[in-house]
Amino acid sequence: MTDGELISVRGLTKRFGDLTAVDGISFGVKKGEVFAFLGPNGAGKSTTIKMLITLLAPTSGGATIDGLDLVRSSSEVRRRIGYVPQLISVDGTLTAYENLMLMARLYDIPSRECASRAREVLAFLELEDHAGALVRTFSGGMIRRLEIGQAIVHRPHALFLDEPTSGLDPVARQTVWQHILELRKSYGTTIFFSTHQMEEADAMSDRVAIMNTGHLAVIGTPQELKARTGKADASLEEAFIFITGTDFKEGGSFRDVRSSRRAERRRG
Amino acid sequence: MSTRYVSQVLKKSLVLAGMEIRKLLHDPTELVTRAIQPILWLGIFGEALSRVRAIPTGGFTYMQFITPGILTQSVVFIAIFYGLNIIWERDMGLLQKLLVSPTPRLALVLGKMGSAGVRGLAQAVIVFLFALVLGVPLILTPGTITAVICIVMLGAGFFTGLSMIIASIVKTRERFMGIGQVITLPLFFASSAIYPITIMPPWLQAVAYLNPLSYMVDGLRSLLVTGSTAQLPFDVAVLVAVTCLISVISAFMYPKVAV
Repeated sequence: MTDGELISVRGLTKRFGDLTAVDGISFGVKKGEVFAFLGPNGAGKSTTIKMLITLLAPTSGGATIDGLDLVRSSSEVRRRIGYVPQLISVDGTLTAYENLMLMARLYDIPSRECASRAREVLAFLELEDHAGALVRTFSGGMIRRLEIGQAIVHRPHALFLDEPTSGLDPVARQTVWQHILELRKSYGTTIFFSTHQMEEADAMSDRVAIMNTGHLAVIGTPQELKARTGKADASLEEAFIFITGTDFKEGGSFRDVRSSRRAERRRG
Repeated sequence: MSTRYVSQVLKKSLVLAGMEIRKLLHDPTELVTRAIQPILWLGIFGEALSRVRAIPTGGFTYMQFITPGILTQSVVFIAIFYGLNIIWERDMGLLQKLLVSPTPRLALVLGKMGSAGVRGLAQAVIVFLFALVLGVPLILTPGTITAVICIVMLGAGFFTGLSMIIASIVKTRERFMGIGQVITLPLFFASSAIYPITIMPPWLQAVAYLNPLSYMVDGLRSLLVTGSTAQLPFDVAVLVAVTCLISVISAFMYPKVAV
């Protein structure tokens, strides 16, 4: 582990039969960094995230979070990370407060602290007025905030967000980001997020990694990557095309498309 | 297995089952709609077949005979379709979030089993009340009620586990519904729920003896109707064994539905 690195990925590989979804990637994410993870559908982004959050075992290579090996110390890793899936991960038939209490208990927060922790998270996300309301009455942006809340009740060192703003309107997008950045400021949480939007990555992240066909195509700060094109006003997308000499390869399975569209429809 | 693992499993199963019960309290309409089917079976099927008097029921009325059978059926039907729930949670993102939390896989399974069990107990209350309305004599003492609760929880647990295994194999709601429909009625008919095993053709008897549903019916019937509980320890032992087995298989297969 390099100094100051929270997440260290070394030669991470995942094969499904003949298909190599992730092909020996290595990179590090520093403590307190906001790290954007980009790439077209089918580039290996989701597979990489699934391995980092311990849902999928790597075929070879590995990674450590806080110096703990993903596979050997998976349960310790789980206590140190939070995960916000792209799809809706709160229970609409429970209230906001109950959703948070559920996670507080599952993360073994001492029972006398659970309620105060849930209240603290509700206040942090400005949802305290809706604590007792069933979540199915919430707007898309409120749901997203509550989902982030569920993932931070145990104060994780790293928060993984899978396309945190997909399907949200611009206003909700802004409030969600405001809270994510506030989280880093208040608690020093390392933020690792995937996105399809180059502009979002450019505006919000300290560093960007772009995956393409299972490889890590580019990694660096948005400024560095843009400077490499030699143009003063280059966008991140132009930088990517300049550096790799390719356009994004179109990919993704029917299931990916179906599930991401479904998620967007539900969020309205 | 360390003590820490066991206490984690117990604690988290209760947390998960507790949340499921809260959901039920937020919206109890499910309990009302579920009550309709057992009431129809008892009130129409039971009353009609009572007039035939062709089924040997060992000296008890046909209504007495089928009440435990109908209770079993309604508990099993709830449990068998519980797997839909995990497919639903997968299609959302809830399942992934639970799997990423430090919750033992076995607790995720036992939590679901527990909540199906609680729904099963609600069915038991409805069946008992309706049986009382129809004037069906049942042995209801604190002892038999406690034993009935245990058997209902075990039976609900087994069939919930089975349905979670099916869900992790078929993975989509559509296919799950198809399979659920295909297996529930044969399970019901190939058991002692609405007629004794002795009147079945030999091949079906063999199936009935392999069907855990028969042991659930048998246990409930001995407690509520006949009062001769010599077979009861065996029935309970079978249910405990198959439920433990299916919990472990299910805890192993359930996470596969997520990836």
